[in-house]
This record gives sequence, structure tokens and C-alpha cells, in this order.
Amino acid sequence: MIVRGTDRVLVMGITGKQGTFWTERMQAYGTRVVGGTHPNKAGTKHCNVPVFATARDAMKGAGFDVAVLFIPPLMVKEAAMDAIEAGAKGLVVLTEHIPLHDVMYFVAAAKERGAFILGPNTAGAVTPGECFAGFMPAFNTRIFRKGSIGVISRSGSLGVLFCLNVVQAGYGESAFVGIGGDPVIGTTTREALEALDTFPGTEAVVMVGEIGGSMEEEAADYARTMAKPVVAFIAGGAAPQGRKMGHAGAIVMGNKGSYASKRSALEAAGVTVLDTPSEVGAALKARLGR
Amino acid sequence: MDFEEHAAKPLLAGKGIAVPRGGLARTPDEAAGVAARIGGAVVVKAQVPAGKRGKAGGIKLAATPDEARSHARSIIGMEIAGHKVGRVLVEEQVPIARELYAAVLNDPSSKGPLVMFSTAGGMDIEEVAATAPASLRRRPVDIRRGLPHADAGTLVQGLALGVAEAAVTDALVKLYEAYAAFDAELLEINPLIVARDGRVVALDCKFVMDDSAIARQSDVSRAGTPEKLTGLEARAKAAGLKYIDLEGNVGVLANGAGLTMTTMDVVRHHGGRPANFLEIGGESYTQARPALELLLSKPGIRSLVINFCGAFARTDVMTRGVIEAIEALKPELPIFFSVHGTGDEEAIKLLKDRLGVTPLPTMENACKAAVEAAAR
Repeated sequence: MIVRGTDRVLVMGITGKQGTFWTERMQAYGTRVVGGTHPNKAGTKHCNVPVFATARDAMKGAGFDVAVLFIPPLMVKEAAMDAIEAGAKGLVVLTEHIPLHDVMYFVAAAKERGAFILGPNTAGAVTPGECFAGFMPAFNTRIFRKGSIGVISRSGSLGVLFCLNVVQAGYGESAFVGIGGDPVIGTTTREALEALDTFPGTEAVVMVGEIGGSMEEEAADYARTMAKPVVAFIAGGAAPQGRKMGHAGAIVMGNKGSYASKRSALEAAGVTVLDTPSEVGAALKARLGR
Repeated sequence: MDFEEHAAKPLLAGKGIAVPRGGLARTPDEAAGVAARIGGAVVVKAQVPAGKRGKAGGIKLAATPDEARSHARSIIGMEIAGHKVGRVLVEEQVPIARELYAAVLNDPSSKGPLVMFSTAGGMDIEEVAATAPASLRRRPVDIRRGLPHADAGTLVQGLALGVAEAAVTDALVKLYEAYAAFDAELLEINPLIVARDGRVVALDCKFVMDDSAIARQSDVSRAGTPEKLTGLEARAKAAGLKYIDLEGNVGVLANGAGLTMTTMDVVRHHGGRPANFLEIGGESYTQARPALELLLSKPGIRSLVINFCGAFARTDVMTRGVIEAIEALKPELPIFFSVHGTGDEEAIKLLKDRLGVTPLPTMENACKAAVEAAAR
């Protein structure tokens, strides 16, 4: 689920306000945007690339690898199925508030076809120096710089904060993988960790999790087997029980999903768990020895 | 969205799962009336969107309508898990031969629906998972195909259900149908019983609807229980903002759920107490002005930290909203900013030009300063 500079990107919903704003920025950064979709604007051009009615048409007309979806919640299932059936290698699903039964439907279809899904409710992926897909400020050099730290985050804004701290500490990122804040997502923390473990040029991984679910605990099982150091932060230690903290996935019920459960699982696996985001630089120095 | 038992059971019945005869009562007299209509022994059950009602004394057996009246009198008005009981469900008692457990839920690990079944019904399922894991059977389902009858059969095979096995299988298939039809996050029957007369009956039902599906389930969602909100929380919800009241005195405004929780965490790490959760990320990043106006109306706030890290949410847009609110309300409490990410150069310039304020270099600095100011 790491998007590369060679990947051809299709922007679904390219003509909308956000689709346009972020397509221009992706293009300026170097993302290979080859086309967009809008059901009624086929045959036109937008942001200097051809617009197709569907992803299937785009596959025939331009060919693409990764679809980035700027699509309203109740229309995502259809658009995602279109991209999957067109043969996309991967989908970046930015939309929040998609019904979960729809999410499980297109995630199952993607799995069958071997396509990856980032999200829903992700800010996207960045490979510094190559490309980005979604709405991350990849172009801001105080936040993203080519380097050796892989970063995984459920939250976009918190991912930005960690990348900022990583760069301020003198490092850079090999790749940023935004996995999304919804309770059911296409790529889990563990799967992102596995991908970064084998991604060339990655020397350590920063894992930014939050309360709710058991993804961090599952990732801890894999972290235990890794030679590369892992540094983690779990947001929501100060959150009250039983309330959804903004992200639908960020809710603690009983002990399940609690801060304490995640922290102890990660620490038992040899992961350095931070109290605050600003400690990330010092923790990386301690673990990497430089 | 949570559903109380009396609102959830008709959804099961609509799919063909048997439920006890009964009726809802708001007063002790109504409860006696329902019991008289049913005839025979009844059970009086507190209606709140929470578990463990029995342990809290919210479920009682009654042999006569008079007894039902007196139980209803003690249950109505009691508090269970923070919910005041306003109504009771009065139902016929069904003689139990076996208690089972059945549920379908969204499972993040398999990224799809998970059907769970156990012969240890009537117990708390977390307890069953911990004490008798072998009795708990699980089956991940491909949501595109649903739960075929044969798969449901495999799930209940070899558990000595005898002649009831076919009816239990049938109930599982119908439970899955209800889960799929009503966009459930969780649909649980505990206990699902085999009655002495051989019928399979749902004695209880817990239903949580996916909040993202409420709009397309408008008919069914009307029967759900609205979330319990404070006055400010209700105002925020009406304005499309994600706001939660907390007890502290350091106000928090940030964009994105993860960053907002982290801001609260760092405030607490430095010995402060966050007053709230308020995030204006995603589509609501243009709502900074109403968000800050709302927060400033909360009593007891002594200082404020505003923490923006822009990805999708543009910090220049959010900062402009914040400045408008500050210029309109002229709050006297100290406010500390940290601003990074998309649009930050413009945002920092705006703060300097319009408010004469420079953001602190890190969020850590801003949180610490706000905690110190609140303690003064």
C-alpha cells in the first residue's frame, strides 16, 4: 500500500472543489495523475488530464494503477467497486462516514482481486521525493523530507504532527501510510507495519495509533518479530470511557481498546511507547544510535 | 446508535425470529395492565440502552399483575449505567430448556461480519470468552454472499442441540438477515433459548446501528435512542461539530480526532485538566468561528489551547475563523496557539497582523503554557 512515483493515479471525483485543489497539488509534487472521473463529464479535460465517466473507461483509455476517491459517503461503494472491477492495484478512500456494511463489501471485493485499500477516512499516503495520494501536505518541507523513517497513522492531522517532529529531529520519512480512523479499514496497522518492514530504505517505524479496537495489539505481535526498531504513540489516554472521540473507531468499551491495554501490549513487544509526540526524535535517536 | 430491547425485538420478529408476547409500560398501573392481558407469570424489564440490567436490579419476575405493578414501581425511576429508567417491558415468562448465545457484529480483524454462537447463553459474552472459550464458535462472513444456511448449520453442529438444531440454524440465518437489512454494528441475542415446548425464542436483543447508516435507515432509526448529550453537546451537534464536555478548565480546540485527543493527552501530561474535546477537522474545518464561540460559552474555562496541524483542513481557513470569533467576542482568557501544516505560512501571518500573536513553536509549548495559565 505504498504509492510510488511510477504509479499512474486516477482521481475519482476530480472536478469537485477538493478534488481539484488536491489534484493540482499532487501534480505539482510529482504524482503521475493520468486522469479523473465524473459520470457526466466524460470527454472533457480537467487539471490538464482527461475525464472519464467510470474507472473502467479510464482503464481502457489511459490505464491506471491507483485510484484516489473524492466521493461522497453514500456513493463510495459504487465508485470503489468500479475501480476494483477495472483492475486497480490499489484504492485510497478518503471519505469519512461511509456506512460500514458498504466498506466491508468493497474491502472483501478488493481482497479477492488482490487490490489494497487505504482508508476509509484516511488522509492518504506520501512517499517523499516521489509522490503523494490524498490530502497530505507532502509539499511542505518542514513536514516531509526524504529519509529513513516509515510513519503509520490512523489520523491525518496527528500524522502531520509526527512527521513534523521527525523532520525537526533531523530525520526524514521513507513513506507515510495513513490507514484511516474508521472502525473497519482496508489496511490494518499490522499490515502497514509489515509493508514498511520490507520497504527499502526504511530503518525504523513510527506507529501512531489511538484508543479503540485492537489493531495496535495485533501490530504488537508483528513488531515483536521485527529487527527494525518501532516507536509508537497512542492518542486518547485522557479520553473518557464509552464516548466516540471524533473518529468512529476511537471508543473504549470496558478494557477493550483501552490505552493501558495497547501500551502494555506494545511495550511487551519491545516497542518504545511515547508519552507525548515531541519525544519521538529522542526515542528514534536512542533506538537507532544516531 | 443504540436501541433499547423493546425497539430491537420487533426487528427480529419482522425477520421471523420468535420473541415473547409483551408490551411497554410507562407506569406501574400500565405494567399491571400488560401483565393481566398476557395472563400468567411475567418478567418486568427496565428499558435502557445498557447491559447488565439484571445485575443492577432492573429485571424482575412477577407471578401476578399486582406483583408486576410493584416491581414496575421500584424499577421505573431507578438509574442504570447513568440512564434513568422511564419505561419497562412486561413480557410473558417462557419456560427455558437451554440458553444459547448468538450475535453478528462488524469485525475489524477479518474486515467483515462475524457470526458468534455459544451454548453458554445468558452469561456476559466477555466472561464466556474468558472462562469457556471452547464453547464460543465464530465464523467470518463474506458480506457479498451473506450467511448461507449450510454455514449456519456448521456453526451449531455437534453441540447436542438435538431436535432444536434445525430451528437454531434457522434463527441464525434470520439474525444475519436482520443484521444486513438494518446496517447493524452489533445485533446480539442473549439468551436465545430453546423453550421447553421446543420453540426457539429471543429473550433479549441488543442492537447497535452504524451511525453512518442512520440517514439511509430513516424508518428504523426513528426507534433508536438518541445519544445522551449535555446542553453544549446538543448545540454542537446541531451545528455539525464534534464536541464532548469534560470536567477540566483548559479549553481545547484542534483539527482532526487524533490530534484533538493528543492535545488533551498533552494537557493532562503537564498536569492540566482538559475542559472538552472539540475538533474541526475534515469537512468541518470551515466551522472554526462557531466552534470557538461555542467553546467560549462554556463556564469554568481558564485558558485555551488552539492546535492546528493541517492536512485536508487548511490552517489558514481555520485561523481566519478563530480570529473572527476572537474579534467578535473579545475573550479575556489567555489563548495559546500552535499552527503547522497546509496553509500555515498564511495562518501565522494572519495571527500576527490581526491579533498581534505569534504561535508557540510546538504544541507541547502551547499546551504547557495553557496549563500554567489555568493554574494561575
